[in-house]
Amino acid sequence: MELSRILSQVLGELIAPTTAAYALAAIGLNLHFGYTGLLNMGQAGFMLLGAYGFAISTIAGAGFFLALAIAIVAGALFALVLGIPTLKLRGDYLAIVTISAAEILRMIGRSTVFNDQTGGSSGLTGNSFKNTFLDLSFLTDGTTQFGPWTYQNNGSNSWWIRLVAWSVVLFAVLVVWLLTRSPWGRVLKGIREDEDAVRALGKNVYSYKMQALILGGVAGAVAGVLFCLPRAVQPDSMGRSMTFFIWTILLLGGAATIWGPVVGSMIFFGVYMLLRAGMRVALPDAISSAQIEQIGGMVVGITLMCLVIFRPQGIFGDKKELAFDAR
Amino acid sequence: MTAERAGTPRRRRRWAAALVVAAATTVVGAPAALAATTAADQTCTPDGSTSCIAVLVLDQDNAHVAGAEAVITGPEDFDETVTTTEDGLPAVATKTVGTYTIALDEGTLPADAHLAEGAASSIQVTAQLGSTSRAAFRVGDEAAPAPGASPGSGGSSGSQSEASSSGGIQAAQVWQQIGSGLRFGLLLALASIGLSLIYGTTKLSSFSHGEQVTLGAVLAYLTMNVMGLPIWLGAIITLAVCGATGWAQDAGIWRPLRRRGTPTVQLMIVTIGLSIALQFLIQLLIGAGTQRILTNNPSSWTVGPVTLTVVSWVSMIISVVVLAGVAWFLTRTRIGQATRAVSDNSALAAATGIDPDKIIRIVWVLATTLAGLGGMMLGMVFGSFNWQMGLQLLLLMFAAVTLGGLGTAFGALIGSLVIGMVVELSNLVLPSDLRYATALLILILVLLVRPQGILGRRERIG
Repeated sequence: MELSRILSQVLGELIAPTTAAYALAAIGLNLHFGYTGLLNMGQAGFMLLGAYGFAISTIAGAGFFLALAIAIVAGALFALVLGIPTLKLRGDYLAIVTISAAEILRMIGRSTVFNDQTGGSSGLTGNSFKNTFLDLSFLTDGTTQFGPWTYQNNGSNSWWIRLVAWSVVLFAVLVVWLLTRSPWGRVLKGIREDEDAVRALGKNVYSYKMQALILGGVAGAVAGVLFCLPRAVQPDSMGRSMTFFIWTILLLGGAATIWGPVVGSMIFFGVYMLLRAGMRVALPDAISSAQIEQIGGMVVGITLMCLVIFRPQGIFGDKKELAFDAR
Repeated sequence: MTAERAGTPRRRRRWAAALVVAAATTVVGAPAALAATTAADQTCTPDGSTSCIAVLVLDQDNAHVAGAEAVITGPEDFDETVTTTEDGLPAVATKTVGTYTIALDEGTLPADAHLAEGAASSIQVTAQLGSTSRAAFRVGDEAAPAPGASPGSGGSSGSQSEASSSGGIQAAQVWQQIGSGLRFGLLLALASIGLSLIYGTTKLSSFSHGEQVTLGAVLAYLTMNVMGLPIWLGAIITLAVCGATGWAQDAGIWRPLRRRGTPTVQLMIVTIGLSIALQFLIQLLIGAGTQRILTNNPSSWTVGPVTLTVVSWVSMIISVVVLAGVAWFLTRTRIGQATRAVSDNSALAAATGIDPDKIIRIVWVLATTLAGLGGMMLGMVFGSFNWQMGLQLLLLMFAAVTLGGLGTAFGALIGSLVIGMVVELSNLVLPSDLRYATALLILILVLLVRPQGILGRRERIG
């Protein structure tokens, strides 16, 4: 009985909206790191900005598509602002600047100064912004069972959110697939492999890097919208650990692969849930639930270390396509 | 709000006798003359070395709600409870500038009064010398922002203060913040010099350096507080264990990976993994709450215009001595000179007979020991710490190191002092929850204007 409960929890994680949001964020990061070799350590900042852009504009009275557009523009502008000073510098500068900028966003978000707009550290509750999205649903109310999954059709934890979230992920996968097969994508890979060679071919490397940064950042912003729809916008839940989890997902699935981020996200959350649920069942009295979370976190960290050391190409990746030694 | 403020001094005087809470902890050990004035008239009068924090609960008609209790907590273990009255402005006095959190106990509100929906039950104010910072809660259904809740009120309510001129108050605040900034900068420098040395010798931006700082505080807490060892013994154990972690890391992870020729970026992601693992390990060890290393009440010393705790002064002296020692080591000893040679050009250094692996091993031990020392003293100076301490400091360290010039040890020192100053001085004009953000903004601006930092050389930026 316990086993089937764990199994259903794990299966639930596989198609959860959060899994889709992380997958989309990892797709964006894949454009940055996997294809262009950019070390973006602030993907959670893009997500936070997207979530704020969507939630705040919805609360201000915007419709769903306008709010989504604002989130996308916010992500693109953030990428532009970050890219201008750093894309000409060495890779780890971009890493430090993006992680710092994401932190600045989080600090501003939770600051008391903008309490009226962002709700401070307690954030914005889901009910204040998700109705425009839920109203778009064409599903009839009720509950639907599909295979092992049973959810309500409409609502915060519904088939509607899952349907939209995974459609967006599939669309992003399609876009990335088309882009990376195009001449544009080949230039990106060229930049990853040898920036100077591409420059010698007369390509504007800076501009290509900027385009990749903006595109991946927009994916991150939309991922932020997906992430906040089933819950609230809380700045502290979208901090550095989120960025690091996205990195783990990307490296697990395999950087510079089409399906790597998606499968990586499913495996990550599936195994993460299996680990925690398993510990809860196996050691119900020995450790508290807080300790289970902490041990789970430690395992994520150690997994990331081992992954990078022993199998940097991830599950699907090709070792030749690795961007680690790019500048 | 304006009318209410005008009436406040009169109310405060009438209420003076009822004020019972007289900042007992901060008075202990404070200079006797100052302590006497605070204790004698039982009310809080802001002056050049005293700051007042007042709590009021208002209903929708701006009338005071009596009998509500609020707990005021703040830096250096400040912990006081005040009870509101019908016509007064209960306040506590403190000598320490900083951010205080006023948490309203909602259970003590009258039965018919409750906080407006969505209103925060705790408010943060910035206490400034010579002024009264007020935290106002509003009860009732209307979710209007409570007057005085904005951090800016600390400055605006300076008009209430009975000190002479606002210029003098400003100067006192500035001096106090410069003192705090120097303290923070020196302690930050201990941590960031290690980061800079590691970067210099291995070109690795170590994201797990923040956890090395936390580790110093954690070990100090475990030895001095939990095990009850004397401070000197606890400090020795802490530093020894911290140094050992550096040795073990280099022997177990970094050297084998260097041998394999693993690219630096890959190593950087390994440090991120290590950082995540260590964060959760630290949470397992000490829990997710805040902990205190020293449990006794801090006493303070005033030097010139700056009042800091004794622990702070001692930490600053230790930092200066240690930093001077590191400088001497790097410039005068053979190993130190070899370290700089490896930083400059590892291959060339190897050709002259220096073993880079040996130097890097020494650098790791030195870096983790210094980070542990910094973390231990920061944990003591701040009064309390939690598992996130190093995480929050890591980006400030990066800012300091980048500002000074990546890989230059003396640049890290200068950068840390600048960042420490900026963080503490920005408190004067910005709400304190944004103070770290200013440091990170500086980091980004530096990269825009002078990416090699103050002492860095152009060629390093690649």
